[in-house]
Amino acid sequence: MPDGTVRLVEARSHEFEIADPGPLPLGRIRDELAVAFTVAGDRRAKRIRRTWLDTFDWRLYRAGLTLQYVGGSGPGELVLTGGGGQQLTARARQARWPCLSGGLPPGPLRDRVAAVAGLRALLPRVSVVSQVSELWLLNEDDKTVARIAVDAMTLPAPQGAAIAARLAVTEVRGYPAAARRAGRILTGTGGVVPSRQTALDAALSAAGQRGADYTGKVVVPLLPAMPGAEAVSAILLQQLDALEVNVDGVLHDIDTEFLHDLRIAVRRTRTALKLLGHVLPGELTLRFASEFRWLGDTTTPLRDRDVQLLSLPSMAARLVAASPDDLRPLVAYLTRRRATERQKLSRALRSARFDAMVGDWRKALLVPRAAGHASGPRAAELSADRTRRAHARVLRLGSAITASSPAESLHTLRKRCKELRYVLEFFASLHDPQLYAAVLADLKRLQDCLGEFQDSEVQSAEIQSLAPAMLARQAAPASTLLAMGELAAQLGTRQRAARAEFADRFARFAGGAGRDRMAALTAGDSG
Amino acid sequence: MKVIATYNIKGGVGKTTAAVNLSYLAARDGLRTLLWDLDPQAAATYMFRVRARVKGGSRALIRGTRGLDEAIKGTDFDRLDLLPGDFTYHNMDLLLDGAKKPVRRLSRLLSPLAGDYDLVVLDCPPSVSLVSENVLHAAGLILVPLIPATLSLRTLDQLTDFVASFDGPRPELLAFFSMVDRRKRLHREIVERLPTQRADIAAASVPALAVIERMAVQRAPVPAFAPRSPAARSYQDLWAEVGKRLLG
Repeated sequence: MPDGTVRLVEARSHEFEIADPGPLPLGRIRDELAVAFTVAGDRRAKRIRRTWLDTFDWRLYRAGLTLQYVGGSGPGELVLTGGGGQQLTARARQARWPCLSGGLPPGPLRDRVAAVAGLRALLPRVSVVSQVSELWLLNEDDKTVARIAVDAMTLPAPQGAAIAARLAVTEVRGYPAAARRAGRILTGTGGVVPSRQTALDAALSAAGQRGADYTGKVVVPLLPAMPGAEAVSAILLQQLDALEVNVDGVLHDIDTEFLHDLRIAVRRTRTALKLLGHVLPGELTLRFASEFRWLGDTTTPLRDRDVQLLSLPSMAARLVAASPDDLRPLVAYLTRRRATERQKLSRALRSARFDAMVGDWRKALLVPRAAGHASGPRAAELSADRTRRAHARVLRLGSAITASSPAESLHTLRKRCKELRYVLEFFASLHDPQLYAAVLADLKRLQDCLGEFQDSEVQSAEIQSLAPAMLARQAAPASTLLAMGELAAQLGTRQRAARAEFADRFARFAGGAGRDRMAALTAGDSG
Repeated sequence: MKVIATYNIKGGVGKTTAAVNLSYLAARDGLRTLLWDLDPQAAATYMFRVRARVKGGSRALIRGTRGLDEAIKGTDFDRLDLLPGDFTYHNMDLLLDGAKKPVRRLSRLLSPLAGDYDLVVLDCPPSVSLVSENVLHAAGLILVPLIPATLSLRTLDQLTDFVASFDGPRPELLAFFSMVDRRKRLHREIVERLPTQRADIAAASVPALAVIERMAVQRAPVPAFAPRSPAARSYQDLWAEVGKRLLG
């Protein structure tokens, strides 16, 4: 058999914890279980190290999954656990993190993780040292009918804090009653209770962390009556946090989504300054608007390379005349250019200008909050007013677009749609959740069409400018250029299809039902 | 999902011990493995300490009123499950005869398990029957244990001719010498000569050793309770050959 293959083990387990601190009452637990089962197992605990892995934005955690790398004296193992206690396990030789899901050993575990993690890398989130004892519960035929793992976890040095010991009763297929019975016996044993939190949550809590503490979304709890300036400062501070927290991931090139999220934080900040900045001191808006434009522009070349490289596999798969292999020189060329752009961006993110910008911005945002803002619009009024304006702007621009309008008019509309989207998101906590979701869905359908139109155009133009550059550097054989031509044709078709769809999408967005929803949303805010 | 079977018309030639040990070794190598004990005597089931009883018996399984997955039991070994034997399997022939496409019924019953297992091992009862014909149609590889004797080869040739008469996909046959007594000159000669002459006979062979008989006492596969024994090594060699044919 090929070594290192990944295989699936499905097992359902029931988790318990020992509420009382102090030495493990293993003897007592064995005695209680012995009433119903023959209890076998090693009395000597095995020492293993568990490292929980997740994406930076906790995609597995949010999906109710946990992924552990378990290392001991033997080969390591990955264990993916679902909400129902079902497990997939995979042997894993390497334990180098971060790692994209594509770097996991092939098999069902990788497939399941990849479907959730997407483009995001898996990072170690918390590690513990576990002393694990295993008990086997046997029936009268000496057949194992349930397994119990007793796990005493501590944080590694220097923290070293102990975590409440846990017991996982795992069913053996075809013997569910035995595991249930063992569970009942355990809960009747002093100090053993059904676990209130997962092992990961217990480890995170002991380490002073919290799961799902980062999201790329805007999460700013606002109150309708709070001063608008205070609300705007809170929104901008969250975006600054999001920006800063992504810098390390960009510098270390962990995955492409750090830069994506950083750019979104920059764009949201710029939109907030443009549409809501009037409630802040004037000089503040002026100074930082130009700094954030600089930062946004600085990040664009690397993001463009990322988008090209990420979209190539799916585009290559749709090639008809050319072969995906013909694009290898293009991938190599783009990869080299990406490395150059990454160096440039790293220099910018390590520059004194960047440090001063984020430092001064934070200080500036904290000042007006501390001073308080009795005058000026309330958060709800500000939200209603700015959302209405942004919506009206989108309707006006979109209505003026005809079949003969230049591509630029759609690009401008796309920017205004993004602004509307961000304003909606900033004040999401003030909106009726159902109405908000419906308005956002209306807008998203339009944005998808505009995004497809512009992205296709930008990528097509990029390919057309790359071809002569690669030719000049003798970096592209004829077959590559022909394949690139086919890619450009593909993009052209996509762009035309998006353009053809635009009128219908916009009509639906701007139609009576959409307008009514938006009116109801903003009326709720101002009322 | 690959399906293999141990089959011989004769009984007592080492079919069940091979099925049990090879299933164990496959699971140990990381394959999600299911062993279906089709023998009403349920010796494989006994060796895994599982009770030889399937709710609804062979009628429920063959008619599909009870899915195979509901009858499966986990063994004491990771990745290795067992579909137990049941005395009612003795009438499986009659039930199959009444089913649609009677020679492909087992194959159809196994198909929903394709996502759950990498390997299914069918331990077939000794006979020429509709059950064995089903097994020959369901499996991609048939392992045929042979006692080293000239007449055994006739059995293999008859089986080869029978399989060649199938319409559609035909299983590959791989015979191996079983219950080899190296004190007997004839055994030694046959075991050394024939695998070099015939591609359908494995180089690995299984000796007649007391430790294999002890499986019924230990109620466990040989590599689990006597991992360093010559018998365990011989099954490992056999599994290496089978695995190579099966998975490349």
